[in-house]
Formats: sequence, C-alpha cells, structure tokens
Amino acid sequence: MTMDIKEIEKLIKESLPDSLIEIQDLAGDGNHYSATITSSAFNGKSKIEQHKIVYAALKGKMGNELHALSIKTKEKNGSEN
Amino acid sequence: MDQKTKELIENEVGNNEVCLFMKGTPDAPECGFSMAVLNILKILEVKFKGINVLENNELRQGIKEYSEWPTIPQLYIKKEFVGGCDIVKEMYENGELKKILKNKNLSFKD
Repeated sequence: MTMDIKEIEKLIKESLPDSLIEIQDLAGDGNHYSATITSSAFNGKSKIEQHKIVYAALKGKMGNELHALSIKTKEKNGSEN
Repeated sequence: MDQKTKELIENEVGNNEVCLFMKGTPDAPECGFSMAVLNILKILEVKFKGINVLENNELRQGIKEYSEWPTIPQLYIKKEFVGGCDIVKEMYENGELKKILKNKNLSFKD
C-alpha cells in the first residue's frame, strides 16, 4: 500500500501545526520518502523522542503503509541537533 | 508479546554489548535500512551481534513493542536503545555514535 506526500504532510501538520515539512519522493514510486520536519515540539527532546512524536503523528502508518520513510527532525529556533 | 519472546530479547540485549535487530544476516542483509546500519558498524569495526528478525515472526513484532519503535533495524548498545537507521546514520555523521561507544568503553576504529 502506498501513501502520497499530501497525506503524510496533512497528518504531521495536524499533530505539529507549527512544523515546516519537506518531503521528497525518492524513487517516484509513492513508497520511498524522505521527510525533514522542523518543529518547536522537538526542542529539548532526544532524537528518539523526536522521531516518536513523528511516528505518533503518522498514527501507526509507519512500518505499515509507510515502509520506507526516512525521517530527519530539527528543532525550531534552536540548534539543528 | 509472549514471555518467551520477551526473554529472548532480554537475553540478546543483555548478553551482547552491541546488538542489531535487523532484516537478514550481517553477511546477507535483506533490507537497505538494515544494510546502512550494518555498514556503519563494519566501518567502525565494532564487535556486534546481528539478529535476523525475519527468521522469527514473534520476534519481528515483539521487538517493536519492546522498544516502542515501529521499524527495523534497531540498534542496542549496552542495553540501551540507540535508534533506527535514520538516527544511527545521523549520529555517525555528527560524531555522537563514536562518543557513545567511547563513553561505554567499547572498542572501535576511530
């Protein structure tokens, strides 16, 4: 099963309204995506916690419909760390 | 997750300082994300055990529950969940992975 970019963006925006999202369809097959998400919700959190926030926003789709989504999270108004 | 699966995970994590739950084996990875983490461990010459979740469906589901993480691969260093492919890659690139290995007294190629 595949998901389109708009759907992924919409789910993330719903949970993280202040987020800036950049998504690339890596293979053009609607199945391999790379997303860079910048949000203040990540500030002060560990990478694992940040990714868990994104997984929660995707409501269980990660690892199912979304097999190959590579995620990069960045804090807003903070360091990129 | 059943008790047997939980014990299996606890044993692997407890008995191996560096432990990678992956798809395929270290000699024959069956997924690009698993291969990416594998390559990092190989470049760093870290001693690790690779556990093929494709051989055991209970384990494949159980490890996701155990780590509260929906994807595989998953890397554990000294019983601590470090992350999946994206995080491990990022930590390798920014030097944090080496820092963890050093802090935990594990040998690797600097």
